[in-house]
Amino acid sequence: MAEGEAKQAANAVETSPAAQVVEVAASPHLSETGVTTRRMMMDVVVGLAPAIAMAVVVFRWYAVVQMGLCVLSCLAAEALFTWMRGKPIQLGDCSAIVTGVILGLSLPWSAPWYIAVIGSAVAMGLGKAVFGGLGYNIFNPAMVGRAFVMLSFAKALGASAYVVGESSLRVVTQATPLTVAKKVAGDLAAGKVVGADLEVQLSHARELWPLFVGNVNGSLGETSALALLIGGLYLCIRRSASWEIPAGALGSALVFAGLANWLKLTPFTALHHLVGGSLLFGAFFIATDPVTSPVTPKGKFIFGLGVGLLVIVLRVFSGYPEGVMFAVLLMNAAVPLMNQWTIPRPVGGPTPKRS
Amino acid sequence: MGTGAVTSGRGTFHRGIHPPERKHLTEKAPVEVLPTPPEVRIALLQHLGRPCEAAVKARTEVALGDIIGESTGFVCAPVHASVSGVTGRVSVTTLPNGRHVRVVPIKSAEEQPLAGDALLADVLGGEWPTGCKQAKACGTRSMGGFEQYEPKAIAEAAHSAGLVGLGGAAFPTHVKLTRNEQKPIRTLLINGCECEPYLTADYALMVAAPRAVIAGALLGQRATGADEVIVCVEDNKPKAIEALRRAAEGTAVSVRVLKTKYPQGGEKQLTVAVLGKEVPTGGLPLDVGAMVLNVGTAAALARAVTRGKPLTHRIVTVSGRGIKEPKNLLVPIGASYRALIDYCGGMTEDAARVVAGGPMMGFTIGSLDVPVTKGTSGLTVMTRDEVRKAGETTCLRCGRCVDVCPLDLVPTKIALASRAGNVELAERYHITACMECGCCAYVCPASIPLIQLIRLGKVLRQRAEAAKEK
Repeated sequence: MAEGEAKQAANAVETSPAAQVVEVAASPHLSETGVTTRRMMMDVVVGLAPAIAMAVVVFRWYAVVQMGLCVLSCLAAEALFTWMRGKPIQLGDCSAIVTGVILGLSLPWSAPWYIAVIGSAVAMGLGKAVFGGLGYNIFNPAMVGRAFVMLSFAKALGASAYVVGESSLRVVTQATPLTVAKKVAGDLAAGKVVGADLEVQLSHARELWPLFVGNVNGSLGETSALALLIGGLYLCIRRSASWEIPAGALGSALVFAGLANWLKLTPFTALHHLVGGSLLFGAFFIATDPVTSPVTPKGKFIFGLGVGLLVIVLRVFSGYPEGVMFAVLLMNAAVPLMNQWTIPRPVGGPTPKRS
Repeated sequence: MGTGAVTSGRGTFHRGIHPPERKHLTEKAPVEVLPTPPEVRIALLQHLGRPCEAAVKARTEVALGDIIGESTGFVCAPVHASVSGVTGRVSVTTLPNGRHVRVVPIKSAEEQPLAGDALLADVLGGEWPTGCKQAKACGTRSMGGFEQYEPKAIAEAAHSAGLVGLGGAAFPTHVKLTRNEQKPIRTLLINGCECEPYLTADYALMVAAPRAVIAGALLGQRATGADEVIVCVEDNKPKAIEALRRAAEGTAVSVRVLKTKYPQGGEKQLTVAVLGKEVPTGGLPLDVGAMVLNVGTAAALARAVTRGKPLTHRIVTVSGRGIKEPKNLLVPIGASYRALIDYCGGMTEDAARVVAGGPMMGFTIGSLDVPVTKGTSGLTVMTRDEVRKAGETTCLRCGRCVDVCPLDLVPTKIALASRAGNVELAERYHITACMECGCCAYVCPASIPLIQLIRLGKVLRQRAEAAKEK
């Protein structure tokens, strides 16, 4: 005991209070608390929660499997490609999870397991890694993956893949509303008389309430307009998504769908086009990806207008019943131009030119 | 003269941010006089413009108010002794903005002519003439008897008193008060907004000496020939608004209340909010017929003209979570930051940054022996928790910085172009228009040091310009 005390005494040197260390840094010295990239990403997942819940309610086990596979494959692919690039693996920013959830929700319930895996790998690889990782990609990664599997496995992802003859799930025995609309429009354009059972299907598809709530066939996340609206508004209020994009997209889609309907190019009215198909999903959750959309408010609005217009054009004139995926990818390509064209005028006018 | 016609601003500007105000730490604190420090160091350059020339040799006895440094040009204001004592040898110090300036040290004498309450009364107290009590008798155009002063004489008094802008930019006041025939002033704005968090120096002045502010405003109007003069205050200062309104009764000065938002106190935001006019990029409020003076400058102007006293003391808010006893102090120019911090109980354990000014635009200092200058409005000691930021991640182009920039710029583009050394791209996005207010960096989710990068870009641009000229 005495030895210990002696040691203590020996170590206790008379020191002046340790000089306080302060740091020198650039202003500002305050920042908004709680606002981080990771929180914005997780907000997207939270915003998708109603849609995920509806997907599970309508498609049950299939929804769980697809989303689970996509999320895991995205995480694995991101880790693999980051390792191949020789960079430290940072899955913490949650962007891979977001891509996985969106990709999963955009697939049909019946897509085989390899669709999810390949789609995820392509999304993270061709959609993100080759450009330099998070923040450097030009195209929406989930849509890149989706487009790849759509074009490579057309049968597995075509309109017929959504329907089976018999199933415990009633919805999957019917064609998706947009597919019905496309068939009817096609028949009318070809001058054929619309068949009786197609008429029945059309009248079913025209019922707004199931379209709104989500009791129809379609890709996993697109069916419930209600769930998507709730989640989408949540995102906009939290400013984790820019409201200008859905505003532009939904606005122009309504206008052009109305026009198409008036010209008898589509049997669906503007409102049907709004709540049927994945327009709401695309407008609130896909087009709003900040990396692949413009940075100025004007640019975002114009981007939204373009997405809305292209969705209707593709729905009406292309071979596909749905157009969101390609509409977003096409507008992504125009983003650098939109950024250039919408450089805002500074308060006080542009910098005076040096004489 | 009606004030309705010219003031067509909406009472605010667009975009901007709402950082936590944290003024409760010193709001209720009346101004306390800092006990005379053992030494003051008067910097010979305390403003934008040319440095002063030392007017006294070393080891000379000087009295409070004596000229220590003489002006050497038009854009230059003299400096005076803020204590009575003996001068020392001229040395050099580094100011918070990084400039190395020469300083004249003065060792304070045991006995000071003015100290404590007497000093407070001399600087802030007493009667301040603001003119007729009855509007009817004098008419609403009453200048309160200030017609007796010639405009040129007012500007000269400002010069001999060594007045510079006390709001922080420290531009020599007499230059602003000198009439410009090509660009006449229609509106004089007296800036009492004080939009930085923590700072309450202007607020304390407005509450303690509102008549001094009004007198200064009227003198400013006389000097510049402005048609109207408006004191601008944010709505988070009800006591100050009340005090100013009472003091301005019967005078030509009106009080305009503005929405509390950062950075409402910036000149460009003031002209938009009050007058609805945009100062041209690269220009001055002069270009839209306006002139902005800080309330502290106005009060100092009143003291200079009506009492013949030079600028030797100013109110400094010592605040922040990192200081043990936050206060509003009346300090002599040249007191060291260490003296202020010690008088306020010292720093707390978790103090991390000592900022000259407020947390949004203030400069951190690396040594506590830096002297207070005329532009020092506050000393904010911030704690580790307050300044902690997540590590920097990639820009997602989310556009939050664009959403808050009060000048409608695209900060991310400017900052990243600067980082890449691309001056041309930074110029295309109007880098010179940036006022470095910090709104963008405040909201960035990726914790990108936007302001630091923009400053870098400005330096790169200046170098490129200089190289081109060669």
